[in-house]
Amino acid sequence: MSYLDRIINFEGVGTLLQLPFVQNALLAAAILGLIAGLLAPLIVARGMAFAVHGTSELAFTGGAAALLLGIDVSSGAIGGAVAASLLFGMLGKRQRERDSVIGVVLAFGLGLGVLMLALYEGRSANRFGLLTGSIVSIDSTNLLVLAVTAALVIGTLCVTYRPLLFSSADPSVAAAHGVPVRVLGPVFAVLIGLTTALAVPVVGAILVLAVLVTPGAAAAQVTSSPFKATMMAILIAEAGLVGGTLLSLGPGLPVSGYATTVIFLAYVGCRLVARFRRRMSSDA
Amino acid sequence: MPSALPPDGRLLGPAGTAGEPDGDVPREVPAIRLRDARMSFGDRLLWDNLDLDVAAGEFVAVLGPNGSGKTTLLKVLLGLLPLSAGSLLIDGEPARRGSPRIGYIPQQTSADPELALRGRDLVGFGWDGHRMGMSFRRRAVRRRRVHAALAAVEATDYADVAVGRLSGGELQRLRVAQALVGDPAVLLCDEPFLGLDLAHQRTISRLIDDRRRTTSSAVVFVTHEINPVLHLVDRVVYLVNGRFRIGTPAEVMTSEVLSDLYGTDVDVVTVRGRLVVVGAEDDAVPRPGHAVHHVPDRAVR
Repeated sequence: MSYLDRIINFEGVGTLLQLPFVQNALLAAAILGLIAGLLAPLIVARGMAFAVHGTSELAFTGGAAALLLGIDVSSGAIGGAVAASLLFGMLGKRQRERDSVIGVVLAFGLGLGVLMLALYEGRSANRFGLLTGSIVSIDSTNLLVLAVTAALVIGTLCVTYRPLLFSSADPSVAAAHGVPVRVLGPVFAVLIGLTTALAVPVVGAILVLAVLVTPGAAAAQVTSSPFKATMMAILIAEAGLVGGTLLSLGPGLPVSGYATTVIFLAYVGCRLVARFRRRMSSDA
Repeated sequence: MPSALPPDGRLLGPAGTAGEPDGDVPREVPAIRLRDARMSFGDRLLWDNLDLDVAAGEFVAVLGPNGSGKTTLLKVLLGLLPLSAGSLLIDGEPARRGSPRIGYIPQQTSADPELALRGRDLVGFGWDGHRMGMSFRRRAVRRRRVHAALAAVEATDYADVAVGRLSGGELQRLRVAQALVGDPAVLLCDEPFLGLDLAHQRTISRLIDDRRRTTSSAVVFVTHEINPVLHLVDRVVYLVNGRFRIGTPAEVMTSEVLSDLYGTDVDVVTVRGRLVVVGAEDDAVPRPGHAVHHVPDRAVR
């Protein structure tokens, strides 16, 4: 059982919680959970899971390039993610066409990122951190950037939420009602890009999907009310990110493993609840 | 038909909210007034000198082959495209996008079963789905309108079910409710029967007919197939290759008129009370591939 002990233990967590960098990390996780949970149901409704994955890989590419050039890694990640999301947001409406373009760009970006990481001669923890995330990297500047971005995302959603949901659920009718569908697509993509870029240092490029997509998919299993779905997605994302951070403190292992596990379990739970309910209603 | 019927207060609750058509005055201006309307893209002319007054409560069917400008006419009425020349008034006001004077009933398309959206949310989109910003103040009005619209199409029972789990017929009823929720002066129907079975076609046409009788909404019904609504149609607008004819079905749906429009021999025959058009390049049969750009991608996946 030594592995289990290594994975789950709460040794010294009390002391760790006193440290400023741990408090920063928890705050960052909480802010990220809030915006991820707000966006997730819309991402699911718009069928953009793969675009989120592509965006996160390009955030990785941007981060790797920044590392190699010796500039701020998170600026690099934001640059890569926003460029990717703008590109993906302008792609056509056809899912299949969109997916193949995303796949092409993603593969190239990932390859480029790997190459740049190999060329990098600095600390190897920096390399690994981009892929799997690391809370140690969050300092007060990151926190400020995170808070400003969160305010931007929330503000934009306040203004555009209803038309966004309308155009996600029923694009042609929304267009007929005068919803500026062609403007909202790229606007939403940029919100995804910004959030992704901020999530990459915390959960890592490979695992952004877990916080930006899974909470929305899980919530949609158990409720069809858009408001309740959003509340649930926030709850699940917070449980994953804040809970995952707390769980990772004792063992000193990456947050991403814990966060994704918690969120995945929430998803499985939601599916089971949905199945149970369907069985109940078909029996009745 | 400027009838004495007041806009129905029972059906959709008290009127008088900003942005609605006048509450108590019977609708006396034509619901639609097109004057000298011309539409062309580059040197391709869709129609020219189109004059059309649609009275309140009138049912107008728009017919014609693919590419004749039916969809373009719809977009013009919705305020999404400007006319190349001429003028258009909807209920006395210039057409504009997102106008509450227009209710829009689209083609039947299915929704994603994983979508977190209920029937009442879909209907609510018809009320304020295009509006930016939050709207806490108008919540109560919104709820009342949505409730009334759901009741009018007898969809209250499944208003809280996820839209992706509904049948095509149920979903289409909700779309009628979505179009009615703003108490529109004009109902624009874009092939609303496509993909529906006969029983549901009858239900939807009854709901549309009820609406125009009780509240004098005008109906513009774009279709490939006139027969399911033939008994309701007051006038036909038949568009073919830059030319058109407007009149009652008896005036327009004749071998002479259609032969002249198509420039080839076309026969219109009546078989068991149904009109059959033979010889037109695009017979009066709905084609699944028609207007593909109207079908959202999740339907063709």
